[in-house]
Formats: sequence, C-alpha cells, structure tokens
Amino acid sequence: MARDEKRPNRPALKLHVPEPPYRPGDTPDYSNIEVPAAGEAPRPDSACDDKETIPLTTHLVRVLDDDHKAVGPWDPKLSVDVLKKIYRDMVTVRVFDDRMYRAQRQGKTSFYMKCTGEEAIAISAAAAMDSEDIHFPTYRQQGLLVYRGYPLVKMMCQIYSNAGDHMKGRQLPIMYSDKEKGFFSISGNLATQYPQAVGWAMASAIKGDSRIAMGWIGDGATAEGDFHAAMTFASVYQAPVILACVNNQWAISSFSGIAGAEQATFASRAVGYGMAGLRVDGNDVLAVYAATRWAAERARSNNGPTFIEFFTYRAEGHSTSDDPTGYRPKEESEAWPLGDPVLRLKNHLIALGEWDEDQDKGQEEELTAMVRAAQKEAEKLGVLSDQGDEGKETMFEDVYADMPWHIAEQRDAALKEGE
Amino acid sequence: MNMIQALNDAHKVAMRADEDIVVFGEDAGYFGGVFRVTEGLQQEFGKQRAFDAPISENGIAATAVGMAAYGLKPVIEIQFADYIYPAYDQIVSEVAKMRYRTAGEWTMPMVIRSPYGGGIYGGQTHSQSPESLFTHIAGLKVVVPSTPYDAKGLLLAAIEDPDPVIFFEPKRIYNGPFGGHHDQPVEAWAKRPEAEVPEGHYTVPLGKANVVREGEALTVLAYGTMVHVAKTAMEEAGIDAEILDLRTLVPLDIEAIEASVKKTGRCLIVHEAPRTSGFGAELSALVTERCFYHLEAPVERVTGWDTPYPHSYEWTYFPGPARIKKALEKVMAQ
Ligand SMILES: Cc1ncc(C[n+]2csc(CCOP(=O)(O)OP(=O)(O)O)c2C)c(N)n1
Repeated sequence: MARDEKRPNRPALKLHVPEPPYRPGDTPDYSNIEVPAAGEAPRPDSACDDKETIPLTTHLVRVLDDDHKAVGPWDPKLSVDVLKKIYRDMVTVRVFDDRMYRAQRQGKTSFYMKCTGEEAIAISAAAAMDSEDIHFPTYRQQGLLVYRGYPLVKMMCQIYSNAGDHMKGRQLPIMYSDKEKGFFSISGNLATQYPQAVGWAMASAIKGDSRIAMGWIGDGATAEGDFHAAMTFASVYQAPVILACVNNQWAISSFSGIAGAEQATFASRAVGYGMAGLRVDGNDVLAVYAATRWAAERARSNNGPTFIEFFTYRAEGHSTSDDPTGYRPKEESEAWPLGDPVLRLKNHLIALGEWDEDQDKGQEEELTAMVRAAQKEAEKLGVLSDQGDEGKETMFEDVYADMPWHIAEQRDAALKEGE
Repeated sequence: MNMIQALNDAHKVAMRADEDIVVFGEDAGYFGGVFRVTEGLQQEFGKQRAFDAPISENGIAATAVGMAAYGLKPVIEIQFADYIYPAYDQIVSEVAKMRYRTAGEWTMPMVIRSPYGGGIYGGQTHSQSPESLFTHIAGLKVVVPSTPYDAKGLLLAAIEDPDPVIFFEPKRIYNGPFGGHHDQPVEAWAKRPEAEVPEGHYTVPLGKANVVREGEALTVLAYGTMVHVAKTAMEEAGIDAEILDLRTLVPLDIEAIEASVKKTGRCLIVHEAPRTSGFGAELSALVTERCFYHLEAPVERVTGWDTPYPHSYEWTYFPGPARIKKALEKVMAQ
C-alpha cells in the first residue's frame, strides 16, 4: 500500500514528543511537582522484601523540614561532627567548582563540569558508605573524592593534564580515577560504568568479601542499554550493589521526559526488576545519607541491590561548553522546590545551634584560601595550555603491559618527526 | 582431543591453578555452552566460578570489566561472534582503553572467547569473521587458533596475559580440520598429530606465528580455518608453498612474515572475512612496505566477498581451494 494512501475510518496516528513545561521566556512554576512533607515516608527494614519499597518509588524520602529540623523515621541521627564534615566538603566542592570553571574560562584547561545544586548527593553518599567500598562514578561525583580526602592538588593536576596528573594527560578533565580511594575510572561513554559496578559487586560476592559497590548514572543516560544490563545483572545475581540515578532534570538540553520521566518515576524502574527502589530528595543531605545507608545495609547483608533515584536539579550549565539559557528559563533553578542543598544543611546546623553566620563566613574564607593555594600548587606543574611536547614518548606507553613492535616503531617515528 | 576438548582442558588447567578465574556466558554454566567448551566447569568449580549469564552481551562484557577491576580474571564466552556487537562499546571503549586512560592504574586482564567464522550453514548471523574490528582497536590482543594443540596453549597464554585478549575460535574446525571441500568427508582431529594435546599446563606464546609447512615457491599467510583450506589448495596445486599460520593477529609476528616473504618473493593472503578493510589489507600493506624489493609479484588476497554472509550460497561465499588456486596462478605467473 502506498504510504500516503489514507484509510478513511481510522484516526491519523501522532508521535508524542515530550516537551518540558517551560522554555526560555516562560515563567517557571514547579507547583506540579509533588513535594511530600519531610518525615512522611515510612522506613521499612533494610532486609524487607523488595515489594515493600514499591510505594517509596513514587514518593520522596525527605528528612529536613521547612523549619530546618530533621524529622521522621528516615532521620539518620548523624552526629554534629559528621554533619559539619559533610557541610565543609559541600562548600569545598562549590568553591572548587567555581575556581575550576574560571580556570577553564581563563584558558588553563579545555573543559569543566560543575555539580552545583547536587553537592549533597555524592558527599552524603560517600559519608554513608565505608571507605573500603568502591564507587563507579559518572562525572558529577567529584564530591566522592573530596569526602574521601583526595588531595585537591591532584584533582587539579588531572584537570590541567600536567606533570602531576597520574593518568599522564590521557583523560578529559574531571574524568578522575583513583584506585586507592575506591574511585573507578570515569568513562566519556555514558552509562558504561553502571553494569561495571554490578560486575565488581558480583566479584566481591564471589570472593566472599564484605565490600560493596555503588554505581552512578544520570537521568538521561538511563536510556542506554547498559542501564538495563546493570539492572538485570544486579537483580539476577542479587549483587551487593547500590545503583544510584541522579535525576537532575536535564541531560544537556533534553529534559528528563526525553528519558521517560513523563511515564514513570525513574525509581519505579526498580519494581520491574524485582529490586528495592527509593526516590529521595537529593537536596536533602540527611535523606541522601539515610537512603544510601539503608541500601548499603541491605547489600551488605545479602539482601540484594537497591536502585535509588536522587531527585535534584542541575543549577548550572551542563558543562563549560553549554549555555542553558538556550533551552530553559533563566529563573528555573530558583523556582526549584527543593531548595539549595548547601543552604539547607547550613540552616539545619544553625537550627541545631551548632553554626552561625560568622562561622560560616570564616569557613568559606578558609576554604577559598585552601582551594586557591591548591590551585597555585597545581599550576606550578603547568596548565593544559602550556603543555609542550616534552615527554611525548609517554603517549605510546600503557597501551599494553609490554610495548609491541608496531607501537615501538611508531613511537620512534613520532620522536623523529620533530627533528 | 578435538579443539573443543582442548579448549575445555585449557579452562580446567587454568582454573585449577588460579582461583580468581571465573567463567560465564550465555548457557556457559550448567550446560557448558552450546558448543560445550565450558562443559563440566560448573560441576568441578562450582556456581560461583562458572555460571550462566543473561542474554546481554554488553552486560557480560561490562560485568567482566567490574570483575577485572576487582582483581578477578574473567574468561567470558560470547556465544557467537555475530553477537559481539552489543558488547562492542564495552570492549572498545572500556576494556581496550582502561590501562591507557588510567596509565596502568586499572588493568583489564580478561579473555573474551567467541566461536566465529563460516562454513557451517549458519547464515549471516552465525558465520561472521569480525576480527578486523578488533585488530583496529589499540589495547586489544587478537588470537585465532587453528589446531587443538594451539588452541589449548594459546588459550592458556591468553588467560595468563596481563592484557585483554579477544579469542576467536574457528567453529568450522572445532571437530576436525576442514580443507574447504564441503562435499568431501572431513577427517576427525583424532587422526592428526596436532590433536595430541599434552596433559597439564603448557602455553603457545602470543605473537608467534607457526610455519605450518616450509617451502620456497611462495608464502601463504592464513589463520583459523583458512590454514587448512590453504594447505589443501597448495597440495592440490602441487606447489612448494610456505604456509604461515599467524595464530595471533595482534601482536603480529612480523619477523616470521618478513623472513618468509623475503625468502620466497611471493605472498598470498587468505582469510574468510570480507575483503574491504579486512585484516588481509593490513597484511598486504605490511608486506609491501617491508618486502617490496624482494617481491616478484604483487601481493594477492583471497577473502570472503563484501556481502553479508549468504545462507544458500555459502559455498560461493566461502574462500575455498578453487578460489585460492586461481589467485595462486596469478601470483606465480609473474
Ligand atoms: C554514549 C554517550 N552518548 C552521548 C554522550 C554525550 N553526552 C555527554 S553528557 C550527556 C547528557 C547526560 O545527561 P544525564 O545522564 O542526565 O547526566 P547529567 O549530565 O545531567 O548529570 C550527553 C548526551 C556521551 N558522553 N556518551
């Protein structure tokens, strides 16, 4: 039948292409997002049947209420010391992001990605895991390294691809890796690390180890096949893994509806895999901590994997190469109903009587000075733009454990090219 | 032993010696794989070390990455090489690049085994030879055995290798060598010396070709099933050919190739994969670059055609002795 031959009694079919509710010029209004009260979500036992978590895949686990108090069954009752450490690291990441963003604008490196608005997630998750557990992160989890005490200078050297970069300038800035700190190498190919985390967890189970893994993905990347492979393997083998999805509403210029968020919450994808699932206020440090801790306990006691959607908002551009005013209203991040995670924690500390504005100002100054000093230190080893070709023979190393003849020949040819 | 038994034996030898080796793939656990290469492993080593995987090639490759990162040594089976494409991104972007991108901080010692090649009436989705897709990727080693003896020794070497190895098993010769005449009975491996597979541990080093037959008239470069087909063709043509079984495509034994071509002055390359951008193109370029002044005639390639693998015209597609002899005439005429 010819393609344009219409059948008279049948309606013409239409393709549904999701559109975000607001575009540049519109006034954002997030009243459509249901924000349940803090403390409302029930907290089942971490060894519960996965089905008990089904209601939690559409709800939102929240702990910090509007009066900055921790309420409800998910309150992890963290000590003030831990809260202060988390807060300090969140501010550090924010200062670090700003400095590195500027460094990129100054031409000192090629690229940078901030996690502004999402600081609570990586840092609080890191706090809830054991230091020996491993993370298979994506590129907005710099907080994991900061929480684990990774030297900022080393992070910056990687961003500058300078002589202090232990990956020899082979990775895009922010694609950190550190075996010691349990931070797996980040790939530029989205979602690849997700099923890898499951494999690591399976290996840990095979060896009767007690360490668990946490895999990370963005909302947009859940559409990749690797996401489904990870979910399948995690569920089939009941791998001791936590699979985190950071739903920051945007995948570059595509809103989360393009990855399926109009049809179902990301958290509810756990249900079809027979996996425990939680949907969590990602701007609430305490909720992130509690959920991660719950899932870690579950994994550690052979009760299986958990899929967690951290509901948050990417307050800045996707990367230094992105201008978000081209696809979303400028004021959108302020309209975001879950607030700023850094501010929320600060207010919580103040409400507890453990913090005040003076202390806050003092800490910010201290951290700014620290980051600045680290930057100076890192820049002593050079920045990307002034890397010459000294040491260029190293680019032929590490392709294999031993250099085969054809690469050795090409190295020799490359070294002669300049002569 | 036939090649399946030799490969199975290699798994057992390796797994007995190293507790960190785990084997998995579709049907690879309880049943031992559709070609039975992993038969008995689950029974001997338990379900934690030999198990069935979901039908998810990228999942298989990706979880192997995680396991290698942990410190295990995964030996994974992709049921047919035609199904390796879903795993291609993990293999190319992750497995192959990990050592390089982390400057050796994380390495990916693993073996990705897969039956490959045609001549079994497998149609286009059970017959492909995708080796050049992998030889093109820095960071991978690519191995193709042609005898039971080599299969066991090469697999053990691959398992012990610190780098990831793609191990393509020519399924046409799993049970016996194949000379390319589909209308003639095939000899069993049992009647061949290459089927005498020693017990216990031995390796055939990666990167070393095997001179299958010495000769003066020309050099034939082949691997996998084509080693046997080329042998048949040369015997039928009654020509004193030197036949090199490359065994490893990356790293390649360039010394053996150079020495042979310089001696004979003529070179014929035979592979099953399609011609355009096939591994034969690489071989031809290398031989031309390195042996040009020793060559009496242009390098000639005999390959599969640049079409998907056809089911009913399989024997028109398959590079058999007739096509090889024709190319031989061309090489020898000059
Ligand atoms: C396989 C793959 N496809 C496309 C890209 C290009 N890309 C980089 S980030 C990105 C958006 C990712 O969005 P999301 O997963 O929501 O994470 P977010 O950036 O919001 O944290 C895209 C399309 C990529 N890196 N890898």
